[in-house]
Amino acid sequence: MQRITIDPLTRLEGHGKIEIFLDEAGDVANAYLQVPELRGFERFCVGRPVEEMPVLTNRICGVCPEAHHMAAAKAADAVYGVTPPPAAKKLRELLYSAFFFADHTTHFFILGGPDFIMGPDTPVAERNILGVIKKVGLEIGGKVIQARKVGHRTVEIIGGRKVHPCTAVPGGMTKSLSEEERKEIETMGRWAVEFGQFALQTFHDLVLGNPEYLDMILGDAYTHKTYYMGLVDARNKVNFYDGRVRIVGPDGSHHGTYSPNEYTDWIAERVEPWSYLKFPYLKKVGWNGFTDGADSGIYMATPLARLNVAEGMATPLAQAEYEKFFATLGKPAHSRLAIHWARLIELLYAAERWVELATDPEITSPDVRALPTATPTEGVGIVEAPRGTLTHHYRTDQRGLLTMVNLVVGTTNNNAAMSLSIGKAAKSLIKAGTVVTEGLLNRIEMAYRAYDPCLGCATHSLPGKIPLQVSIHDASGEVVDVVSG
Amino acid sequence: MTDQFEPVIIGFTCNWCSYRAADLAGTARIKYPPNVRLIRLMCSGRLDPTFVLKALSEGADGVLIAGCHPGECHYLEQNYKALRRHRLMQRTLAQFGIEPERVRLTWASAAEGAKFAEDITEMVEQVRKLGPLNWPANLPTKPVPVGMVAAEIPVLSEEVA
Amino acid sequence: MKPKFAMYWAAACGGCEIAVLNIDEKVLDLDANFEVAFWPAAMDVKYKEVEAMEDESILVTLFNGGIRTDENEHMAKLLRRKSKLLVAFGSCANEGCIPGLANLGTRESIFDCAFDNPSTENPAHLRPQIACQVPEGVLTLPPLQAVVRTLDQVVEVDYHVPGCPPESHQIAAVLDVLIAVVKGEAELPPKGAVLGAGDTSVCDECPRSRDVKHIDKLSRIQELPVLDTEVCLLEQGLMCSGPATRSGCNSRCPNVGAPCIGCYGAAPGVLDQGARLMAAIASVIDAKEPEAIDRVLDGLPDPAGTFYRFSLAHSLLRANRAALAEQE
Ligand code: SF4
Ligand code: SF4
Ligand code: SF4
Ligand code: FES
Repeated sequence: MQRITIDPLTRLEGHGKIEIFLDEAGDVANAYLQVPELRGFERFCVGRPVEEMPVLTNRICGVCPEAHHMAAAKAADAVYGVTPPPAAKKLRELLYSAFFFADHTTHFFILGGPDFIMGPDTPVAERNILGVIKKVGLEIGGKVIQARKVGHRTVEIIGGRKVHPCTAVPGGMTKSLSEEERKEIETMGRWAVEFGQFALQTFHDLVLGNPEYLDMILGDAYTHKTYYMGLVDARNKVNFYDGRVRIVGPDGSHHGTYSPNEYTDWIAERVEPWSYLKFPYLKKVGWNGFTDGADSGIYMATPLARLNVAEGMATPLAQAEYEKFFATLGKPAHSRLAIHWARLIELLYAAERWVELATDPEITSPDVRALPTATPTEGVGIVEAPRGTLTHHYRTDQRGLLTMVNLVVGTTNNNAAMSLSIGKAAKSLIKAGTVVTEGLLNRIEMAYRAYDPCLGCATHSLPGKIPLQVSIHDASGEVVDVVSG
Repeated sequence: MTDQFEPVIIGFTCNWCSYRAADLAGTARIKYPPNVRLIRLMCSGRLDPTFVLKALSEGADGVLIAGCHPGECHYLEQNYKALRRHRLMQRTLAQFGIEPERVRLTWASAAEGAKFAEDITEMVEQVRKLGPLNWPANLPTKPVPVGMVAAEIPVLSEEVA
Repeated sequence: MKPKFAMYWAAACGGCEIAVLNIDEKVLDLDANFEVAFWPAAMDVKYKEVEAMEDESILVTLFNGGIRTDENEHMAKLLRRKSKLLVAFGSCANEGCIPGLANLGTRESIFDCAFDNPSTENPAHLRPQIACQVPEGVLTLPPLQAVVRTLDQVVEVDYHVPGCPPESHQIAAVLDVLIAVVKGEAELPPKGAVLGAGDTSVCDECPRSRDVKHIDKLSRIQELPVLDTEVCLLEQGLMCSGPATRSGCNSRCPNVGAPCIGCYGAAPGVLDQGARLMAAIASVIDAKEPEAIDRVLDGLPDPAGTFYRFSLAHSLLRANRAALAEQE
């Protein structure tokens, strides 16, 4: 039996390893996605003061530090039973919208998008952002750079730093927004809305307009019928910062909706001895191995999942795109490659929400912090990270020193689903006698990259972007090949 | 008792009181265990926590800090600063798994040779009971030759008393 | 032929990589002057190809992330061999950063917290295994080392770029230096130099005013009402790491009302950031009696975690005694 190793997983946040086992006939017997790192945040945050969590857990992931910053701040609010003043909540959500916008841009144009824009079979050296710029032209490349810039600039104004912001604290924010800053943010937000429309147009032209790509999106190789999870607001619209977690089944039916402090009733995590990363599943359905369908508790939490669980987008332009999306794919949409499309719809929503908040009359209020009065105890904070629902759960002693920390992180949610996708892509692409070309392996990576897996998060536990390794083992388990780029 | 553990203790004394107390103990032939290597500072307030950490990480089993009695510091209130540093250091070192007996602060006037000797004796006993510290950061650890610690300590604090 | 450039993360969060991308248009200068030979975050080149490269064929490697697993150590050694200049990039590589706080506990306790907790269903108390037999064969994982180490505790390092992450304007400045060297317009800085940072403390860059020499209380931010925007935070009773931290970020955090948490590492001439902070804080507390001192210190309930938030792995003690004892 043959074994193929692709190592490292590239253009992903964190470290990852894929092991593919072939049987005697040379067909795929099984594929494993392994995460080979663990940094131990849950352990070493114990003993720390709870107000430090927003800055400590930032360092779980430099790609989405804002998500941890917010989830931590919300969990710390909950630990003290304190509600931040409205302006503080709006500032957090404004920062968060700008972050989502920048992060989705980074993912689409730099991490995951190059596969589409360049095509999976282009030479390795061009399948990256510089190649993208060469293909789509400097003008567009310049826009991408600008998009990341305005997102990060807004994060910097509200959060103090572009990476690892520092202003969210239990009860609110350390700093209010001046009118001057507000204006700058509003201007950038308006530009962002235009960019969002432009990004969707690019996607329509390059991807949906190309029958080969369309086939890939609609084809079976990248499809799994699983449960979906995401935060929704009171009207069941997608929300990134606040709300309740909603879950729908593979047929789109409502499975349940829960508040943050109920998460352990709904989610359980499974340990496999061959990965440092756990496999969450829906508790009420149960773990049924690496299979999809209504009897398997495996779920997905990504932009696609959020669109699937919601009944629409809260802003007009994104809502129109949402309708187009499901008109093309049907609801729920199961194609993993549609995650990229869903991401761009969210990107547009984030930009629209950014403008809404930047023009909110309350946003410059100096009242940005409420002082807690209760004795700290326990709290859960949930936000949507770009890669999925992010849960921070803390317990503290009476001084507010942490005694227990549990984190269910964006990418971790998708660990089982990603394993499914990789296995399936491998099975449909590697057949007895098939020469395993680099492009083919890249397609397996694409199955994985669509989730925008951030093993940095997953391995809070682990690091930042993902290198990938795929090994092929023969029937006796020996590694016969490590085909690489 | 040939193989009894003999702890290495680095003692930082101020120039004015405690060093003289040690001196007095010596000239008066007051007996105290030879485990302490004394390093003279101008004042206990000059004691940078860096010195303590360096001593512990390079082979010392304990650190003794000695200064003038409260109210008698030749630089007015610097020994209160030493007291604050000591208390803060104790809290920090506990988180590294270092027992409080290993870092001791004591006051001794120039006339208190006997008291100083007692303090040393008591500390050596306590540290002996705890056993070697052998700070494992730089395994294998070599015992620190007398004098080396002082020579290697960089002068860091600009607020020399 | 353009000289080769590489960037690699070990036990890192990816923020250092994002910070490099945040130099925006300057990324194009990087592309114009270097051949990017290896950069897993941004492009497809596999480990195997790096192994095949000639020794010292990469001019400069920016290495971010600490050394947590055997794989991290392996890559550090590999890239050291392949690179003429190895740069410890960011707080993790330089001083262990926040993941280095893991050194206050043992490796075993990391596994216990991660694999037995409120949402984990693990009645058999399974733990990930270095080698695991699955029906089709054996799967391996790199072992976790007992403590987090910094890059220079594992291999020789040529330059240090501090910060978590390094600020983008500083990265751009470092890049300019490298490009000037490549073009023959500048000499390499002396080996061991700290690049992309200032040579004083964050306090020296901080615009907040400092008037009183003493504080009678240390408070936590949730205990203090909205703070004055112009007065030193430490004077307002909030722990701030500015006095012992290297400048270079333009005092970003104090600028927005948050204390400096020390991410640029020890200030110049400071051997141990935590020790320096202990000295500084103890100096300004206005109390003489042990009980009064303790009351003030109670406002700082996690001194080791506070003083060594970023620099524990590179401090004089490096780790908790029990954790160090596990290394062997
Ligand atoms: S130094 Fe900071 S930004 Fe860089 S990898 Fe480490 S945690 Fe992330
Ligand atoms: S202690 Fe902090 S707030 Fe005060 S001057 Fe220094 S950096 Fe600024
Ligand atoms: S103020 Fe301190 S924590 Fe903030 S960026 Fe600067 S060095 Fe880092
Ligand atoms: S002079 Fe002796 S303690 Fe200050």
